[in-house]
Amino acid sequence: MKLFGFRIPMMASLVLWALVWEIVGRMDVIFLIPPMSSIISAGFGLVATGSWQSASLVTVRSFVLGMALAIAVGVPLGIAMGRFRIVDNIFGLWVNMFVSAPLSALVPILMILFGLGETTVVVTVFLFAVWIIVLDARAGVMQVPPSLIEMGRSYGASRFTIFTKIILLSALPEILAGIRIGLIRGVKGVVIGQILVSIIGYGELFELYSRSFDMERFWALTMILFAAAMLLSAVVEHFEKRIEYYAGAR
Amino acid sequence: MANPRLAPTAHPSGAASPDVIVEVRDICKHYNDVEALRDINLDFERGKLTTLLGPSGCGKTTLLKIIAGLVPATSGQIRINGKTVTGPGPERAFVFQDFALMPWATVLRNVAFGLELKGVPQAERNRTARHYIREVGLSGFEEKYPHELSGGMRQRVGIARAFSVNADVLLLDEPFSAVDEQNRRKFQEDLLQLVEKERKTFLFVTHSIEEAVYVSDRIVLLSPRPGRVSQIIEPAIDRSAAPDVIRRDKSYLDVVEEIWQGLRQYAE
Repeated sequence: MKLFGFRIPMMASLVLWALVWEIVGRMDVIFLIPPMSSIISAGFGLVATGSWQSASLVTVRSFVLGMALAIAVGVPLGIAMGRFRIVDNIFGLWVNMFVSAPLSALVPILMILFGLGETTVVVTVFLFAVWIIVLDARAGVMQVPPSLIEMGRSYGASRFTIFTKIILLSALPEILAGIRIGLIRGVKGVVIGQILVSIIGYGELFELYSRSFDMERFWALTMILFAAAMLLSAVVEHFEKRIEYYAGAR
Repeated sequence: MANPRLAPTAHPSGAASPDVIVEVRDICKHYNDVEALRDINLDFERGKLTTLLGPSGCGKTTLLKIIAGLVPATSGQIRINGKTVTGPGPERAFVFQDFALMPWATVLRNVAFGLELKGVPQAERNRTARHYIREVGLSGFEEKYPHELSGGMRQRVGIARAFSVNADVLLLDEPFSAVDEQNRRKFQEDLLQLVEKERKTFLFVTHSIEEAVYVSDRIVLLSPRPGRVSQIIEPAIDRSAAPDVIRRDKSYLDVVEEIWQGLRQYAE
């Protein structure tokens, strides 16, 4: 970006906002907004505490488990829906319903089903992430050009070979896009799940800090989460771009 | 038929002569209630380039795909080298209208893909693929991806792939329809050279009369709805002449005119 002929670095707007935040914080307008500098120093302090480290460990564990489950279930289910009409008819309505449903409302029910612990959070992550993964995998498989499949057949490929060498690879960009959006939704899932369960991981910390009006730490934790979600998304996007490059001609 | 160089032949039927490679017998095709093809009987001679020509909706692509074994016929038989076939086989190779290249694979891998599916070891299939990449004029593009090539170059990849599997019969479904006009002409000239060099049987589908007359030994005119063989024309054109001479040749222009007169009744 350029302004009056000067190059403005990418993070400039962030710096500007941090500056405004700092000024508002220093003015002591409202206790909700402590100065940015004290939030950052609280952040460094927070990272060093045992409670943050163990909370992070629990959070990452729930997230990884839930996502692994969502990918392991979502990708094959989406592919099956794209390939077989009957599977599509059975699951189509449910997947479309859940993909736009406010899933947070289901978490209390999950708490009854799975107890106030990590299992509920894992299931929440799974439910947040899985539907979009299913839908994108399905879309990817369905838009494989028919002539590519005919090409495989005309050169003598078996059904299995056509599936592994043509359909899967052709659908890969969409499958990865689904996983990326699934990851972002999964981050929401892990936070919402933990906050509602509120006795484990970051949920416990959020609960603790907001009750004790420890706004520095509260904001520090929020920012760490935001940064982690963005970083995760960027990593997948980078990987996705390389795949898109190969599939760029579609 | 005033022009003696046009030699319309009767619908071939009965016993096939020894050098007939593809026999089409009583082929009918229905799509639900729509009759796409009715009683098609054709023989294709070894080493010749035959064009299926007709207005859109005459079922020419359907007929080609039935011969390829990609689409089942409602009734009738296809015989290749005297044997009845029901599906795709190694003696036929198909060139697709939309190229059907794998966007994630390099030119080399795309060209070698037919051999890869046959289980040919990598070193050997790459050698064959490189040979045909050179033949179609794409040397230096082996490691490029399809989206880095123009439409004409992409179809050259499709043709190199079809040559690589060393099939007896090459089936080309409107191979140049997605290629722009200048490249199309160059491509037609190159195709004739390849036909000369490779000595294979070509079945070519097009809706361009000029293209058909320019490249074909024999033109099968199909009439639409349902598709039937309406006329067979053998343009006796001296192909040893330069391309530009051929395109101004009297007999070439006469055949084009003759076919247009046959087809104009179907034009809206």
